[in-house]
Amino acid sequence: MNNFAEKYIRKSALPTIFCPGCGHGTVLNAFLRAVDDLDIFDSLGLVSGIGCSSWTPVFINTDVMHTIHGRAPAFATGLKIANPDLNVVVFSGDGDCLGIGGNHLIHAARRNIDMTILMLDNEIYGMTGGQVSPMSPKGSNSQTTPYGNPEHHFDACALVIAAGATHVARYTTARPRTLIKGIKAAIEHKGLSFLHIISQCPTQTGRYIYGLTQPAEYLQMIQQKSITLNAAKKLSDDELQGKIVTGILHQSDDKPEFVEELNRIKMENSHEC
Amino acid sequence: MKTEELLIVQGNEACVKGAIRAGCRFFAGYPITPASEIAEKMAFELQLHQGNFVQMEDEIASISAIIGAAWGGAKTCTATSGPGFSLMQEGIGYAVETETPCVIINVMRGGPSTGQPTISSQQDVMQARFGSHGDYEVIVLCPSSVQDCYDLTIKAFNLAEKFRVPVIILSDEIVGHTREMLRIPENVEVRERQTPKEDPDNYQPYKAQPSGLLDNMPTFGKGYHLLVDGQLHDESGNRKGDDTRASEQLMKRLCYKITDHADEIEDVRTAFIDHAKVLVLAYGSVARSALSAVRQARDRNLEVGFFQPRILWPFPEKALKRILDGVTRIIVPEMNIGKIVKEVERICPGIDVLSLGKVGGDLHTPQEILETIENTDF
Repeated sequence: MNNFAEKYIRKSALPTIFCPGCGHGTVLNAFLRAVDDLDIFDSLGLVSGIGCSSWTPVFINTDVMHTIHGRAPAFATGLKIANPDLNVVVFSGDGDCLGIGGNHLIHAARRNIDMTILMLDNEIYGMTGGQVSPMSPKGSNSQTTPYGNPEHHFDACALVIAAGATHVARYTTARPRTLIKGIKAAIEHKGLSFLHIISQCPTQTGRYIYGLTQPAEYLQMIQQKSITLNAAKKLSDDELQGKIVTGILHQSDDKPEFVEELNRIKMENSHEC
Repeated sequence: MKTEELLIVQGNEACVKGAIRAGCRFFAGYPITPASEIAEKMAFELQLHQGNFVQMEDEIASISAIIGAAWGGAKTCTATSGPGFSLMQEGIGYAVETETPCVIINVMRGGPSTGQPTISSQQDVMQARFGSHGDYEVIVLCPSSVQDCYDLTIKAFNLAEKFRVPVIILSDEIVGHTREMLRIPENVEVRERQTPKEDPDNYQPYKAQPSGLLDNMPTFGKGYHLLVDGQLHDESGNRKGDDTRASEQLMKRLCYKITDHADEIEDVRTAFIDHAKVLVLAYGSVARSALSAVRQARDRNLEVGFFQPRILWPFPEKALKRILDGVTRIIVPEMNIGKIVKEVERICPGIDVLSLGKVGGDLHTPQEILETIENTDF
């Protein structure tokens, strides 16, 4: 094992559950690079839900809570309030975060609690074999949409911005170095940071939805669809169809952070003791 | 608390005072009748003890948050009623599997579904024991008075720490909303959280003592690189669900760590047991009517005894068997269709067990229990 991995990987949990070509491995790598750069490994508190995405932090040799489907932001909220010195990062997936977990996501955003939520989006429920998810494009073929998905997918970032998150960005596994920078910025931000990370699932999404067999083709497709926010501003809504707009979509330092608010209330009312 | 204090409060408020006295410093909850007062009082009082209160978006978030906060180092609590308790079951199972100490108060109301939000019942007694999926054991306490609410809540927190298990306080609307005297003692026994002494390199979070118990509860952020997972796991916390042997070992330990210590966990209240031929077995608010009926029966020289489980699960089998000498009938009044009576039937073969289940929402009167006693062929 190389030195970098030695430092951070929980060897007893290996081998990973990831398929060959899975984007989550790239996210794991990028996350550890970001943590290494920020030198915050010893203060991490990682929380995940259920799904392939949620396995990612299990392979990291730090304090990890692998919880129940969709509820990671709620567990993380309790953890953060009880131990505010922790750098709390939630690993979730498109199904975990926007399906069963939608409610907890929007409330974490509304509270603007200081944590980072990484939504590893492979547009499918991967762990269970490839069923349609709230991020699968309309018309997608999947195990539960054999005639094509009749539903529209969320604009995850718009949803979380509207809910009140103060740092919202989108990245892909096709550009890992940008992803590392993006994760660093998200963790450093004080407030609810939400990263929509497009991460390829060559096993299911690649085959069933996009008709691709090679992870490299899939990454090329992601890259071709990707467009920076600045470039996107010059395009019409029609031209933006099917494009992946990347970069920081929303950033605000004006809104009070939740744990700070709890502390402020304690200070202001301490004369009651 | 340096001196004894006397107050008149509701059962719900007594639970809050007990929790805080026991060291609870984090509460996450959601409003629901008839438990909302617990959240309200917690919101006010935790603040005064440098604790944290948060009203979460639903009951599922509440049970999740109190588990997360427990791993953040706090003693934690939530409170709800039937519909919310149903929502919490998955989370309770997660607390069982991860051996997370926490306290869940269910102030029972009429069910099923929305049921009778403002009316008391004892319908959730089996759900408290078997509500989550899988094989598991929890500890369930059943207060019958405001004083019980205080005392048993402290006990609940202590049991949660010792057994590293979610502990359920099964209150009911009558006990929760009744106002009566609460005596707050000068000294109470509080079991403090024991964090690990070993250094992280030698520490295995799920390695148990010969007793089956884990003798400490670690906290995130101290360098122990903990892996807390809801899956069947080995001593390091890593998944082992595909290993039948290892899975069997853990599952049995999770169950036996409670049942093997049933004697220690047992808490019953008895009265007028001597030479009793008939026993009235009751719990929660119904125990009040039952005791009154037994007292009146004794006044009429009827040989009746009173047996009240204050800890309902594990069911006090041994304590019950101990006093069965000469008992020919056991009357079980409960505000449900007849649930705990089934346990009694199982434990006491050969004895005439009579179910006095009552649904609709009225508390048994002492009179109706007395009538049943008097109709017994002594």
